[in-house]
Amino acid sequence: MRMDKFMRLLLISTASISILIVALIFLFLGKEAFPFALEPGLGKLFDSRWVPVSFQEERYGIYPLVAGSSLVTLLAMLISIPLSIIGAIYISEVAQSIEREILKPFIEILASIPSVVLGFFGLVVLAPLVKNIFGLSSGLNALTAALLLALMALPTIITISEDALASVPQSFKQASLALGASELQTIFKVTVPAALPGIIAAIMLGIGRVIGETMAVLMVSGNSAIISFYPLDSIRTMTATIAAEMGEVPFGSHHYQALFWIGIVLLFATFVLNILSRLVLKKYGMAQ
Amino acid sequence: MVNKKETSKPIIQAIDVNFYYGTTQALFEISLDIAPQRVTALIGPSGCGKSTFLRCLNRMNDIIPKTRLTGKVLINDRDIYDENENIVELRKQVGMVFQKSNPFPKSIFDNVAYGPRIHKLNGKNQLIEIVEKSLQRAALWDEVKDRLNDNAMSLSGGQQQRLCIARALAVDPQILLMDEPASALDPKSTTRIEDLIGELRTDYTIVIVTHNMQQAARVSDETAFFYEGQLIEFSPTKKIFTKPKQKQTEDYITGRFG
Ligand SMILES: Nc1ncnc2c1ncn2[C@@H]1O[C@H](COP(=O)(O)OP(=O)(O)OP(=O)(O)O)[C@@H](O)[C@H]1O
Ligand SMILES: [Mg+2]
Repeated sequence: MRMDKFMRLLLISTASISILIVALIFLFLGKEAFPFALEPGLGKLFDSRWVPVSFQEERYGIYPLVAGSSLVTLLAMLISIPLSIIGAIYISEVAQSIEREILKPFIEILASIPSVVLGFFGLVVLAPLVKNIFGLSSGLNALTAALLLALMALPTIITISEDALASVPQSFKQASLALGASELQTIFKVTVPAALPGIIAAIMLGIGRVIGETMAVLMVSGNSAIISFYPLDSIRTMTATIAAEMGEVPFGSHHYQALFWIGIVLLFATFVLNILSRLVLKKYGMAQ
Repeated sequence: MVNKKETSKPIIQAIDVNFYYGTTQALFEISLDIAPQRVTALIGPSGCGKSTFLRCLNRMNDIIPKTRLTGKVLINDRDIYDENENIVELRKQVGMVFQKSNPFPKSIFDNVAYGPRIHKLNGKNQLIEIVEKSLQRAALWDEVKDRLNDNAMSLSGGQQQRLCIARALAVDPQILLMDEPASALDPKSTTRIEDLIGELRTDYTIVIVTHNMQQAARVSDETAFFYEGQLIEFSPTKKIFTKPKQKQTEDYITGRFG
């Protein structure tokens, strides 16, 4: 009985601590960012130019950064989701066990490469490739960044989707085959739907990794804060902006506060993503 | 137990079937004829090859790697191990119900409609009709008719197993293979399944594996006794339970081993 109470207390306090930490993050972000709302005013953020250091007029418009992040994320997911789901299906449902034993360690290694190192790869291999294929003057653009990010999301999505697929009971597949379904029909009508909650979770984690990724995009996206939805333009993301400018910005300046607002927007975006994924899971009746 | 014409032509003929998992032989020279519209029970101690033999009849053993079969299995005089055999058609004709009920994590309706959709027997109205008919045949319609869109996992164990039977019936098979369909169920659900088998025997040929002697006696017309991969005795159920020809059969039935 005593033990029970103790455990309860322990669990409650751990849970509360994590809630507290999240609340504190919000609080401090808010504290640093808030003065900006009074002077020069939040309206400054809703602007199409980001020119935080200027001899004439500083502009703090986050549209180009939001556009940059959205474009890169979208492109990266477009490339990464189909590839990794097909990969996961192949590894879990089609591959011979030897193939599986070769493929899986490679994917795990890919997952463990530091993003800066992948950034080098992007600079040295991907960027020249994109440059030559499209005949550009520079290969540092949204597409290159997206390719690199897709590469980073790949192991996350593959590994988790593959787990989800592999944990679909053999008995479902047998039932399907015994009804005369082919292997392919069984995969797409039984196995994948049964694994869907896990696959969606995998995609969400992949998107999370892509949105939050900083170093690699900083290195290969070209870093120009323009509003563009053209993949071959050089762009700049929210994370890259924070990372590049936070070190040099005068403490407490408007520029400093504006960077915190970008952080809030990022946090908000991941929050919305989280809620969306829960809604999707709920729709499939699998939410806990 | 029920007397039908003994002269009817067999629907399933196994001829000298040997079956191997890798290098281990699991079935030895099995030959037996199964007449249409009868219930045939396969009995025998654990590991004697009942499930293996059952899976030979719809080629479900094909999905186990490194397995091999020699001999012939004819269904309606067609050699199902012929290289031109269409496995999709075969499995449509020979349905299977597993020991552990395994409905898909889909709605009740979608479970039953799965087979017809795969085989393009659809057309919305036709599909609804097939689902209703199949559920009625499986004696489940009254319990689920108001909740066809509920997830099948919300049904009780016994209902799930009847749903699996309905799902198998929905593709309109001639033959139904059942591997210990009631062994995981409570007595009441078991009785329902047994009653159901009694009703289905008029339209289908049923081959059922069971560990339960009483069950074999209750539901089957013919009984095959397997022992260590061999078919020891195959006779009308009444006979096998009253006057077995073989000593081993008698020992097993009277509970001296197994
Ligand atoms: N997938 C498999 N791989 C290798 N050997 C197997 C496999 N399935 C069954 N066997 C072997 O084949 C023999 C027959 O097994 P089978 O499952 O047909 O027996 P059974 O009569 O159905 O037994 P039970 O009553 O326990 O279900 C056993 O020796 C078993 O170990
Ligand atoms: Mg068995």
